[in-house]
Amino acid sequence: MLIFILKRILSTIPVMAVVALVVFLLLRLSPGDPAAVIAGDYATAEQIAKIRIQLGLDQPIYAQFVSWILRLLHGDLGVSIFSNLPVSTLIAQRVEPTTMLALTTIVFSIVVAVPLGVLAAAKAGTWIDRAVMVFAVVGFSVPVFVLGYFFIYGFAIGLRWFPVQGYRSPFDSPADFLAHIALPTVALSAIFIALIARITRASVLEILEEDYIRTARAKGQVERKVLLVHALGNAAVPIVTVIGLGIAALIGGVVVTESVFNIPGLGRLVVDAILKRDYPIIQGLILLFSLVYIVLNLVIDIAYTLLDPRIRY
Amino acid sequence: MKLTRRSFVGGTLAAPFLAKSGFGQARGSVLRVIPHADLKNIDPIWTTAYISRNHGYMVYDALFAMDQNLKPQPQMVDKWETSADGKTWTFVLRDGLSFHDGKPVTAEDCAASLKRWGKRDAMGQAMFGAVESVSGRDAKTLEIKLTRPYGLLIDSIAKISSNVPFIMPKAIAETDPFKQIESAVGSGPFVFQKAEWVPGSKVVYTKFAGYVPRKEPTSGAAGAKIAKVDRVEWLYIPDPTTCMNALMSGEVDYYEQVPGDLAPVLAKAPGVKIEVLDPIGSQGMVRFNHLVAPTNNVLVRRAIMRAVSQKDALAAAVGNPDYYKECLSIYPCGSPLEAKTGEELVYPSSLDEAKKLLKEANYAGEKLVILQPTDIPITSAFALVVGKACRDIGMNVDVQAMDWSSITSRRAKKEPVDQGGWNMFPTWWIGGDLLNPMSNASLVADPAKAWPGWPTDPKLEELRTAFANASGAEAQKKAAADIQARAIEIGTAVNMGIFFVPVGYRDNVKGMIPSPVQFFWNMEKVSA
Amino acid sequence: MTEAAESERETGIVATRPRSARRLAAHTLVMLGIAIMAVMVLAALFAPLLWTGDPLGLNPLQRLRPPSAANWLGTDQFGRDLWTRTVYGARVSLTVGVAVAALSISIGLVTGLVAGYIRVLDAVVMRVMDGVMAIPGVLLAIAMVSLSGASRLTVIVAITVPEIPRVVRLVRAVVLTVREEPYVEAAIGAGTRLPLILIRHVLPNCIPPLIVQATYVCASAMLTEAILSFLGAGTPPEIPSWGNMMAEGRAFFPIAPRIVLFPGVALALTILAVNVLGDGLRDRLDPKIAKRM
Repeated sequence: MLIFILKRILSTIPVMAVVALVVFLLLRLSPGDPAAVIAGDYATAEQIAKIRIQLGLDQPIYAQFVSWILRLLHGDLGVSIFSNLPVSTLIAQRVEPTTMLALTTIVFSIVVAVPLGVLAAAKAGTWIDRAVMVFAVVGFSVPVFVLGYFFIYGFAIGLRWFPVQGYRSPFDSPADFLAHIALPTVALSAIFIALIARITRASVLEILEEDYIRTARAKGQVERKVLLVHALGNAAVPIVTVIGLGIAALIGGVVVTESVFNIPGLGRLVVDAILKRDYPIIQGLILLFSLVYIVLNLVIDIAYTLLDPRIRY
Repeated sequence: MKLTRRSFVGGTLAAPFLAKSGFGQARGSVLRVIPHADLKNIDPIWTTAYISRNHGYMVYDALFAMDQNLKPQPQMVDKWETSADGKTWTFVLRDGLSFHDGKPVTAEDCAASLKRWGKRDAMGQAMFGAVESVSGRDAKTLEIKLTRPYGLLIDSIAKISSNVPFIMPKAIAETDPFKQIESAVGSGPFVFQKAEWVPGSKVVYTKFAGYVPRKEPTSGAAGAKIAKVDRVEWLYIPDPTTCMNALMSGEVDYYEQVPGDLAPVLAKAPGVKIEVLDPIGSQGMVRFNHLVAPTNNVLVRRAIMRAVSQKDALAAAVGNPDYYKECLSIYPCGSPLEAKTGEELVYPSSLDEAKKLLKEANYAGEKLVILQPTDIPITSAFALVVGKACRDIGMNVDVQAMDWSSITSRRAKKEPVDQGGWNMFPTWWIGGDLLNPMSNASLVADPAKAWPGWPTDPKLEELRTAFANASGAEAQKKAAADIQARAIEIGTAVNMGIFFVPVGYRDNVKGMIPSPVQFFWNMEKVSA
Repeated sequence: MTEAAESERETGIVATRPRSARRLAAHTLVMLGIAIMAVMVLAALFAPLLWTGDPLGLNPLQRLRPPSAANWLGTDQFGRDLWTRTVYGARVSLTVGVAVAALSISIGLVTGLVAGYIRVLDAVVMRVMDGVMAIPGVLLAIAMVSLSGASRLTVIVAITVPEIPRVVRLVRAVVLTVREEPYVEAAIGAGTRLPLILIRHVLPNCIPPLIVQATYVCASAMLTEAILSFLGAGTPPEIPSWGNMMAEGRAFFPIAPRIVLFPGVALALTILAVNVLGDGLRDRLDPKIAKRM
């Protein structure tokens, strides 16, 4: 088991190298020039050139790549071209809102979707089942921002139950935190509730057909207990798989949700940076996201062994 | 079923903060503002960005400032005089001026700040062309020695908009003008709280207790600058609908630039007021590339200028007629140098006249590339309207959409269109930047120094020099009128007219200053 | 949505219900999906004939008008007719969806075959695929569009790239399984050349899951195009796509929500239809499920 973990960690390195290379090349070959944007409207060509030298953008590409990697290995993510603040500071400022949003989304999705999926499986073939499944498909067909606008309109402006925008830290005020995070979480969860409900339903149904369930039923155990204890336990693995695969989608959704609800998180930071060509931020953040994705998948693989004794590495 | 569960939860959650008045109302006086842009960097000399200029006005002070009639008034200066030959200017600073770190402001600080400004700013460069030395004769006396008399000296250092010659401590002002300063220590009415700055989201200023305001009443950028709130927070929200919603629900107090279409909705909302604070407005402009075909032909440029209707352009870009006005003068209508010369060349707009000009120009179907900024709504619309007008007169138009960052790099290119060049791009200026021909970057006609577009016209340059040397209001007005006539004649840009951007605020906010630039001193929140 | 298909394949878990009631209901749903798809495709193909005007036609004096006889869905902020733009928008959105699906499937197929069959390249290819998968798709797409400027082609390529790794994994998995089959070993033993083996034995097994995957990729691509446009990195706004119509219209949501709503509903319906179609195809084509029906 330990060997497995070690092997997985080692295999992360070439993957991260690929990510680093892809990201770096993508940006440096871009036609947008931060030096020109920074220099401003009145700048002459020499002034722009001076700024490029200061930003180190005049070096050949491989030299820039090497110096970036070297700094990276020292934990130095560089300095934002525009705000002149260290990238690590910018990330630290914004890690909390994004992490909180992601966590509440995952928790909320599981809490809502699993019972829904079980319900649909229990009432398979009836209109309840149909309704849940249709609702699920709708969940990942409607773009997050459309859902977001509707929620703001209905619940924040119309009914005034929730604030319109913004983020409050749970460490400052849990009540404020919940109020502000509610609508973004629900909007973002739609797609995950859909996915998790479907997979829960499918896996519960399949397991219901298994022999040992029939045995349990034959023995006369109560229907509900049969469902919950046996079926759900075995459905855990596929659900966890979906969550793992959904992390990448979560990041995409977070970016849009932060934009609509004005949450000052990493998603907005990276989109703003991409549009402004603030290379250090873009490189640092995409690397960070990829690292998180890889680590989370490793954690999930380990979680498999805990959830399903049959899975061994 | 699920809905009821959520509504119950919603109701319970809502209770604690509905109990407070509005969501997250502050203790102590805090002014929550939605700024028109994100403060990307804090050096108002290094960049011309308006948001950095606004930041500058919070934390810095200047020697002179424009009042609401756009006349320069002393601000940090107490008295000043010129020598008989006009070549030596002496300024004495007011008492009590100090920086946020407690150190007093000295003339040497002022000298260093002016020099740094003079290296980047266009009007400053023009002024320093006549300057022999700038230095502090003693702690409170600043001396500027000129090589020849320069009538625009006070106007230059009283400049209201980018770049403003803010006064910084000498050590900071000695930073290379092509590098960003790191510290925002100044002598202005507010202090920048760097530790609380979250770029892209939040900027925080607190009142500077040690600021000594002038005795005169507030007027434009001049007069008494009294901070009437303890704390100002700039909360950048990119989505206009979210901004509007936040103002309506009371989560913010002030919305600096309300899109014209949303203004009527906000005006009707309870507790919200809409007002236009900038009497001069902003001017839209679509700039020609004078180096590249087909816009290198003056008749083609004039044809396009004749084809574009300001009315259509403003209606498309701004929408609400309360917030725009047609104005053919290069110097904004209502400003001192407003002129009517040259108008007959472009007004009234006429597709037929334009087609005639195009024919005279022997236009042979060359591709016309118009750059369209996708992230700036008003100028994006200008690009589309001009594109349509050009198509209507039979030109072969290619509107290329990209974000503003890309446009700023693309417009630096001088190659022909098929090698990645461009013919036209739209932009806008606040009227305050266009008041005279020296601060108007689009009128520079010396290709070595010109702003992208690179018009080449020795005659226009002569006229500009004549303006700089003109003495007295009459001579200046005539010189300015001549410049406008020539500029329209050679087609420096298409003038898209004037538009006004209203501000939105909660009705308990008072003390807004009518001015082309947003100021936050004098503003306060009275108890409801 | 591709995650669901992926996970269902990986976990080998499959949906079942009482046979007859389900088949009827599923059949209806799939037919509905096909019907909606057909409407959208026809709208895209025959746009100029559907009582539409000029999708680029600015008419500033008619801006933000509500629905009327002249403008069935009203006008947008430039006075352009919303009915026209929504119908024409189908073209871009569908083109992007289909093109991304076609491109990602073909590139993924070739790469997957290579990786699955040629052991030496397998490790390298899979590491690269893992690397690309680790980068969040939306961010990679935005970066690529910003790189080469916004155009339909760039957007298509930018959305395709993050979709390729999943296809590769799918194909590779099939190749690895098929390769072990006795009849394939026999064929190799008999001296059949590689291309023939691929075409005759491997390919037919790949096709069904690939078709299913293609529908999911198409739906996902249309959604991603909308997100890219929303964030400011999508298809150029002059030519309408449902995504960029919504992005431009969001500033006017309080006064004219229809600018966002009409393309939004059209997009949601189309994505829904494609997903349902994908479900139906999977039920029919995936041998594991087909057996149970």
